[in-house]
Parts: sequence; C-alpha cells; structure tokens
Amino acid sequence: MFSTPLDLAKIRAEFPILARKVNGQPLVYLDNAATSQTPLAVIEAISDYYKHTNANIHRGVHSLSQEATDQFEGARDKIRAHINAAHTHEVIITSGTTHSINLVAYGFGHLLDQGDELIVSELEHHANIVPWQMLCERTGAKLKVIPMTQDGTLDMEAYSNLLNARTKVVFVNHVSNALGIINPIEYIIKEAHAVGAAVLIDGAQATPHMVPDVRGLDADFYTTSAHKICGPTGIGMLYGKEEWLRKLPPYQGGGEMIDQVSFEKTTYADLPHKFEAGTPNIAGGVGFGAAIDYMHSIGFKTLAAHENDLLLHATEKLKKIDGMCIYGDVPNKVAVISFNVAGIHPYDLGTLLDKMGIAVRTGHHCCQPIMDHYKIPGTVRASFAFYNTHEEVERFIAGVEKAVGMLR
Amino acid sequence: MTIAEKQEEIVAEFALFDDWMQRYEYMIELGKTLPLIAPEFKTEDNIIKGCQSKVWAHAELDGDKVVFTADSDAIITKGIIAILIRVFSKQQPKDILEANTSFIDEIGLKEHLSPTRANGLVSMIKQLKMYAIAYQTQLS
Repeated sequence: MFSTPLDLAKIRAEFPILARKVNGQPLVYLDNAATSQTPLAVIEAISDYYKHTNANIHRGVHSLSQEATDQFEGARDKIRAHINAAHTHEVIITSGTTHSINLVAYGFGHLLDQGDELIVSELEHHANIVPWQMLCERTGAKLKVIPMTQDGTLDMEAYSNLLNARTKVVFVNHVSNALGIINPIEYIIKEAHAVGAAVLIDGAQATPHMVPDVRGLDADFYTTSAHKICGPTGIGMLYGKEEWLRKLPPYQGGGEMIDQVSFEKTTYADLPHKFEAGTPNIAGGVGFGAAIDYMHSIGFKTLAAHENDLLLHATEKLKKIDGMCIYGDVPNKVAVISFNVAGIHPYDLGTLLDKMGIAVRTGHHCCQPIMDHYKIPGTVRASFAFYNTHEEVERFIAGVEKAVGMLR
Repeated sequence: MTIAEKQEEIVAEFALFDDWMQRYEYMIELGKTLPLIAPEFKTEDNIIKGCQSKVWAHAELDGDKVVFTADSDAIITKGIIAILIRVFSKQQPKDILEANTSFIDEIGLKEHLSPTRANGLVSMIKQLKMYAIAYQTQLS
C-alpha cells in the first residue's frame, strides 16, 4: 500500500532502542520532536572518542589533545558545511538551542537602549520567549508579539505593522514545536532587515526534517540542538554572522575564551572561542558531527518524503475519529500532529497510550501562549521520524481509538 | 469500616485484574463515582498544586468526621483521587493523620503512574492530610 525508498528494516536495526518493549508492548516512539533516537553510528562515535582519543582540546602539546581537537573542530566544520555558513568561526558550539538563545539575548543587553523593540511570535517555545523577556527587564526594551491566526499560521500583516525603526531583534522559530507549522522565515528575515533589525531563527524543530541554508536565508543567527537530529543531548550550535558575533560581548568568562589574562586587563579570544568558555562537551561535539553524517547518509529529501507520507497517513486516519480536533492542520508543516479529542483530557489519552507502548507527548509543549490562544490545557502531540513505519502509524491509530473508547 | 480495612479492600480489588490496562479501566470507572466538589468550592485556592491536570479538593466536618469532595479535568486523575477519598472520607481527623498509605505501593499505583502524576498523588495525600490537621485543631 505504501512504498518508500527507505530500507526501514535496515535503518531500524541501526537504532537499538527501537527494538525494546515498553509496558510489555513493542515500543512505538512518536515523541521525536522532543528527542530523536540515536543510531549506532553516533553511539559508536562517542564511545570511540572516549576509548581512543579523550583529552582536553586546543591547548595540549601531546598527540591525544591534538587528535581530540581535530575531531571537535572537524565536527564544527561539518556543521558549517551542513548549514552552508561562510566560515567555521561563525559556528559556536553550545549546549543546545536554549543556551544559544540565552547567549544572543545576553549579548544584546549591551546593544539596546530603553524604548528599543523586540519582536517574538506567539508560536514560540518558552526558550525563545523567556531569555528575551529577561533582556527587556534589564534594558527597558519592549517585547512585541506577532499573533497567530486560528489555523496556527502567523499573521504576516500584523508582523509588518509591528516593524519600525526601533525594532532591533526579531526571533521566531523556523518550525513551531507545538504545531509543526513551517513559518515563512524568508519573508520575516527580509522584512526585518528592511528596518535594520537582526533576526534569530530557532531551528530546533526544522533541522530534523530539512537542511537549513543560513546564507540563502540571510539569517543573522540560527540555532539548533543535536538531540533533535539523532545526536546526543546537551550539545547544539549557534550560527551567527561574523559581524554580529563580533558586536556581541562574551556570554561567560573562563578558560578557552581568553587571549591574555592579567588583573589589569583581560583580552578575549577570537571567534568562535570567545563564546566557548571552559572545556566544551567534546564527545558531544563528535557525536553531533557523526549525527550530521548519518542524516546525510540517508538524505534529507528522502527522509522528509517518508515522514510526510506518515504524516498524511496518520492525519487522514485520526480525522475519522469522532470529536477529533487537529491544531495547525495546514499543508505547510513537518511530521508533527498536535490534537485533542472532544471531552478527553490529553493527559489521560497519553497515559493510556503509554500503557500500550506508544510514546507521545502531552501537555503545553513549553508553549503556554499557544494553549492560551486555543483555551486548552494542552494537546497530545505525535511527532514522527524517518525510522517510524506505517505499521506504527496503524498501531498509534488503534491505540488512540482504544483509549478514546475507554475514556468516553 | 476503618481506613486500614478500606485499603485492604482496594488492594484486593486491584489484585483481580491481570494487567494495567484493566486497572486503568477500573480507575476510570472509579473516577465516575467521585463525590463531586460543589461548584462554589471549585476555586483557584482549592486547586492542589503539583498535579499536571487540575485537581480541586474540599473538606467539611460532619460531626467528628471529615467528608471530602473533589474534581479534576482529567478522568484518570479523578479515579486516583476517588480511591484516596474512598479511603479517607468519613473518618476522624486523627485516623486520617495516622494512616499510612502503603496500600498505594501494594497496588503498584505509584510505579505505574508517570513521574508527574506520581508527584501529583503525593500532593493529593498531603492536601487531604492538611485538611485533617485543620479539623483536628478545630475539634480539640
């Protein structure tokens, strides 16, 4: 019935966790938007690093240190190539998207004046709201919000009206984590640049499904986390245009980020090290690089096509369930379905699915403003990855049907 | 029936089921029997903190016994609180305070709840015992 160019049996064998049972049932993992699973290629890259190369980087005279440095910097260059950045020093290794956003928001504290304006969207993850609110508290800048429409898309006319000469930074996600909608970031960036504002794109939910072209997009900042794209947790990247990264002050002080230290005056290291105080997560960086290689070995176009098939299959079947309400059901989205069934609390549905071995996320997905917009306590979110199968979609649908029957 | 007898009764009921889907089904049924809180008490003040779904609880004194009512927007949560209320309602404050709650471990409820729901369960027990403390002070 369904054809896919992916050899799913082979791919799934590369993810040991997919073979385990949960509550006595074979695991159906549909919480990929929270954390994707890790293939052997990544697990082994991390394991090999610790077995053969582990040392501190950038300052050792010995061979292990040199090899560790080469691997870590090699990963940075893989990220650069992957996102099409012009320079490797425009790629900052961070602990993840949240760290990246805090780094940029902190830096803008030195560049803003009272009365300056920042623009956020209503669709953002709390990680792309709270650091900027904290920035506003420190600087007296004002936070403006691009409203969402009922179908979950952003109101671009309202956005244009928010922009003015006082707008300094615009920050939006490439893809909404709660709804899966792909936002028109090309347009958002172009409009922001027309008034001289910088733009930060939170790519955490886009990068599992597409290759971001930071130069093509003309993004000033772009960030993501490795664990969304089959890499390890606690590692991510921040891309920043060189001119912006030079303007921002260091975020944290420590080793690694300095040029000369004396009690009279300390000078900072050049990019990218200026933003990388302390010993980084070296093994994580190596794993991140391996994850990028792995994703490319499958091919983003191929995996996105399969994910889209799963999305259409699941959406069509879910819609047949009485009382089903899918949020953000628009054509331009990634393989994420956020839904509720009339009269049923998402937490109840998620609990029963878990008992059937089906992992979904329930709750507000760190997006309380979206839930407030729809006046709901939360949703059930099923998010698909390329290693999911149509059989798993069928089990998910049967699980929802069974749970709904029990809860009604 | 004493609190301990009621707990034994619930442990015996849960032992009748073969798997956790059936036990959840039973909890859903119990949720439907929950003595519902009067609408005027369904206030922000009566929300039990620490639960992912909303839970309201209220207590009144009937003679020397505490009578609990509650509600939740999630039905499994209603089932959990229905179990607690069945054990603790219409008992003297002193007995509620002295009661241990090991029956929850015996039926395996805690380990079969998600971590957030298990925390919520602890919060619920704490809140019911808080009411008992308040009424014990009032009675003495």
